[in-house]
Order: sequence, then C-alpha cells, then structure tokens
Amino acid sequence: MQLSTGEKIYKVVNNILLFIVALVMLYPFIYVLAVSLSDVVAVSQGRVWLFPIGFNLSAYERIFSQPILWVAYGNSLFILVVGTLLSVFLTILAAYPLSKKRLRGRTFFTFIIALTLWIKVPMIPFYLNMQNLHLDNSLIGYIVAFAISAFYVVILKTYFQSIPESLEESAKLDGASDFQILWRIMAPLAVPSILTIALYYAVDKWNGYFWAMTLLKDERFTTLQVYLKKLVVEMNVTEEMNALGDLGNIIPETFIYATIVVAVIPMMIIYPFVQKFLIKGMMVGAVKG
Amino acid sequence: MKSALSPSGKSAPVLRPKRGGLWSCIVRDRQLYYMLIPVLVFYFLFVYMPFYGVQIAFKDYNLFLGIHDSKWIGFDHFVEFFTGPYFWQTLRNTFLISLYGLIFGFPITILFALSVNEVRNKKYKSFVQTASYIPYFVSSVVVASLVVNFLSPSYGIINRIIELFGGESKYFMIMPEYFRGIYTIMGIWHSMGFNSIVFLAALSGIDAQLYEAATIDGAGKLKQILHVTLPGIMPTVVVMLILRIGQMMSLGYETIILLYQPATYETADIISSYVYRQGIVGADYGYATAVDLFNSVISCILVVTANKISNKVSDMGIW
Repeated sequence: MQLSTGEKIYKVVNNILLFIVALVMLYPFIYVLAVSLSDVVAVSQGRVWLFPIGFNLSAYERIFSQPILWVAYGNSLFILVVGTLLSVFLTILAAYPLSKKRLRGRTFFTFIIALTLWIKVPMIPFYLNMQNLHLDNSLIGYIVAFAISAFYVVILKTYFQSIPESLEESAKLDGASDFQILWRIMAPLAVPSILTIALYYAVDKWNGYFWAMTLLKDERFTTLQVYLKKLVVEMNVTEEMNALGDLGNIIPETFIYATIVVAVIPMMIIYPFVQKFLIKGMMVGAVKG
Repeated sequence: MKSALSPSGKSAPVLRPKRGGLWSCIVRDRQLYYMLIPVLVFYFLFVYMPFYGVQIAFKDYNLFLGIHDSKWIGFDHFVEFFTGPYFWQTLRNTFLISLYGLIFGFPITILFALSVNEVRNKKYKSFVQTASYIPYFVSSVVVASLVVNFLSPSYGIINRIIELFGGESKYFMIMPEYFRGIYTIMGIWHSMGFNSIVFLAALSGIDAQLYEAATIDGAGKLKQILHVTLPGIMPTVVVMLILRIGQMMSLGYETIILLYQPATYETADIISSYVYRQGIVGADYGYATAVDLFNSVISCILVVTANKISNKVSDMGIW
C-alpha cells in the first residue's frame, strides 16, 4: 500500500509523540532508581538526571539497617500472601453457587453481594464496627475485613457460567457432590480466571494504605505503604526548613527514593504476569460488555 | 446463557428444580448453600453491620452508649454541615477536581488510544502500551511521594528544570492555586494507560472491511479516522463518559489526603477527605457519618441515573 507524504509525516509524528508519552510514563521510575543509587554529593549538586553518578548502595544499606523496615516488609508480604489466598478462596465460594441458575434464592444472594458495587460501605460506621469487633490493630482482622470484593465475584461468576453445564451433569450422574465438582472439575477449569482475580487482589493488597494506616495503629503492624507515607510526611517538615534556606542535610532524598524503589519492586516482579492475564482479561471483559 | 442452550434433555432431572419442592431443592443443593455460609457471614459482619451503623448520622453518638442506645437528634448534623463553612468549599472542590479529570483526562485517554491504534509495528505498540500501564500498578502512596518529592522546592526535579530555564523555584505543594492542576496531571499519569484499554478494545472491534472499503473509496487517513474509527468507538465513548459523570461525587480521598495540607484546603479539601478528618482524625463520628451519608446519597443518585442513561444508549452498564 502506497502512503502519501502527509500520511508518512503523520505516522512519524504519531510515533514520536507516543515515544514521548512512554518516556513520561517511565522516566519517574528511572530517575528515582538513578538517584537512589547515586552518590549524595552528586545528588545534592543536581547532577543526576538519567544514570546513577558515583554508584553506591549506601541509601539501601541505611534503609535496610532499620528494624522497622523489615517489620513493614514482613507485614506487607504477610498481607499479600495470606490475604490473597483467603480472598481467592472466599471469592470462589461466593462465585460458584451464584453461577448456578437452579439455586433457589440466587437473585437474593446475588443482590446481597452485588449491593456493594454501587453503594460504598460507609467509612465511619465501618471503622467503629471494626473497633466493636476488636478487629482493629490485628493483621488477621485487617485481612478478613477486606477479604471479598464484589467486583471480582462477578467476574468469576461470569466465567463459571460459561463452563458447559453438561460437565457438571455427567459428574453428578457419577455421584460426585457439589464440593467435589467445584474443587476437582470447575476450579481447575477456571484457573486462568482465578489467577486473574488473584493478581487483582494481590495488587490491591500490596498497594492499599488507607485502612492499614487507620486500623493498624500499633507500630508492630506497620505496612510498607504506611511506612513510606510516614516517611514522606515527615520529610515535608524538613522540606519546609529547606525552603527557608537550611540546605544542610540532603540525604533524605536518596533515602526516600530508595524506599520508593523497595516499595515498588514486588509490583514490578508481578507486572509481567499482570500484563499477560489482567489486561487480556480486561480486554475480553470490555469486548463482551 | 450457554447453559440454557445445552441439549441436556436426558440428565435434566439431576439439575432442574423439581416443581413445587422448595425444600427438596434446598436439600439437593445443600452443599452450594454451605459454600455461601462464610461469604454471608463476611457480608453480614463487614458490610451490613456498618450499614446498620449509619443511623449514627441521626444520633448524638456516644461511645459508651453505643450505636443503638445513643439519643436521636434528627437532622442536626446535616443542618450543621449545610450551614457550616465547609459545605460549599468541599462540594465545590469535589465537583471541580472531578470536572478537571473529566475535561482533561477523558479526551487525552481517547487520543492516546487512537494514537496507539495507528501504530503498525507490533513491538513498538506493545512497548508503548506496557510503559503506559505501569503507573497504574504502583500505589497511591508511591505516586503521592513522587509528586511531593519531584515538586520539592529544594531538590525537586521539576523545580530544577524550572531553574535551568531561568525560572524561580516554588513550593508548589503549599500553593492552593496549583493543587487541582497537580492532582489532575498526576491522575492522568497514573491511569491514562490503563483507562485506554477499554477504548483500545473497542478500536480492535471495528471491522477491518470498513477500512478497506474506505480506502477503495479514496478516503485518506484523516477521513478514515473521522468516518470509520470515531463512529466505531462512539458508543464506548458515550457510555464511558456517562459512567464517569455518574462517578463525579465519589471522588476518592486516598490520594487527596496524601497531598493536601492545611495551606491548600481551600482548593483541595473534598467531601470525603473532610469526612476522614472530622471522623477518624477528629473522632466526631455522628457528624462525619452524616456528611458521608449526604455524599453517598448524591453520588448514588448520580450513578443510578448515569447507568439508566447508559443502558438506554447501549447495553453496557455496571449492572
């Protein structure tokens, strides 16, 4: 196919613009990584733009030398692993029965679960309720209270509905119970969907900070996001001093950026999988409408 | 849908409800009900108990008396909010910050999807897409940290660039006039790529024959975009726009409370961040719940209306 000159220019301009967009998306990460690995002097002179200057790991040594960071990392990983497992388990238990048209009361149960799709649970009563149940200040309480998201139940339910009923029928004729059918036949068939929602949950759990900050007040339960939040807020104080002309200590910068890197790494490890499953899942969902 | 079509006449008795026998259906499906038990317990404890607690919006909530026994005071909390100084300020900020996101964020997402769709080189296309989705997967704390640090007056990269071009460095985060702009740009960076997925899906759904026909008719690139591409994604655009408008009042407080400071409250404080400050920080539970309830009622009306309209326009909706 012959392209006209105008079309060629259009194509080149389009590609350049998209390259700039990609750069804008990626540059903050590159910059943060470069600063976190650079020498304090080079950073304070503002010489770091793209690559680390005076490569060293002192910022990382310093953040990992604090016990609180290990505590925070441990808590975040615990919430990520245990939380995701529990969430996926309960979401399967919710989605499977609701996918059965023969279930009496199905509309009622679906309504109970789907209500939260359009009415948010109110913040203050939820908070008071957690206190009344004595589930605040407890990692398990935090995990349990956010175990199910209605949105993912709906996604998985839709998938279960797409599995031909004849599979279940023949298993039933062989005398299998509903539990056996779910765990031996349906769940293995739904593995791609289950992995997709597991990734959704994992991302949400790793990234969530608001309720972790609000409910887990004890320092033993600090999560990585809450720790990073505190760090940045505290830095605001020094920053105000700096703005007044006290440029004494510049180390906070590399320190914060190294913490950001550490907080982002697990998501970057998951990202290729997210890319593969999640975005494909989104596409399919969008096309089906 | 598929299950209704499956030709399973013979084995039907195993699965179809027996007529009249509600109890026998329940007994037959008892294991399915067992599965639902933990789920229902969860919903009772963590969704419906809080909903029950919403009544403190109409009560003089006393920690020792508890939700049930606190004294009813009618609409006092609402009156206090509506007549107080924060009502218009938070309402205006909620509306304006959402509106900025809509006016700038929405079209730029579509433009981005259109541009990506024009790329023929598969590797380049997937590079651009991969790069643009990444920000969506970092937490709001990280995004807010990036914003605060990049805008720092002493070492922030943005101020360094401004200084390179001879400008003067500013402490943006304490200047109210910049807050909404900063928040909007941050929002675009954070979610433009991910939000473009739905438009890319719509674009890939356009029949390739339409483009061929247009080419044969002598339509250039621009004409193809105008007469094939845009009409092709219009239904998706309209529906997404309606849904976005419906969600205007449900703007999240999570990033706001990370970025705002007392100095910027006048342009940054939205209803839900005010609820957080009054309720969780200030422990004024009844009042905060009332403000939250007001916000929820408004956003619920908006969402339901938006969804009704969207269902009329096409069959895409949230439910």
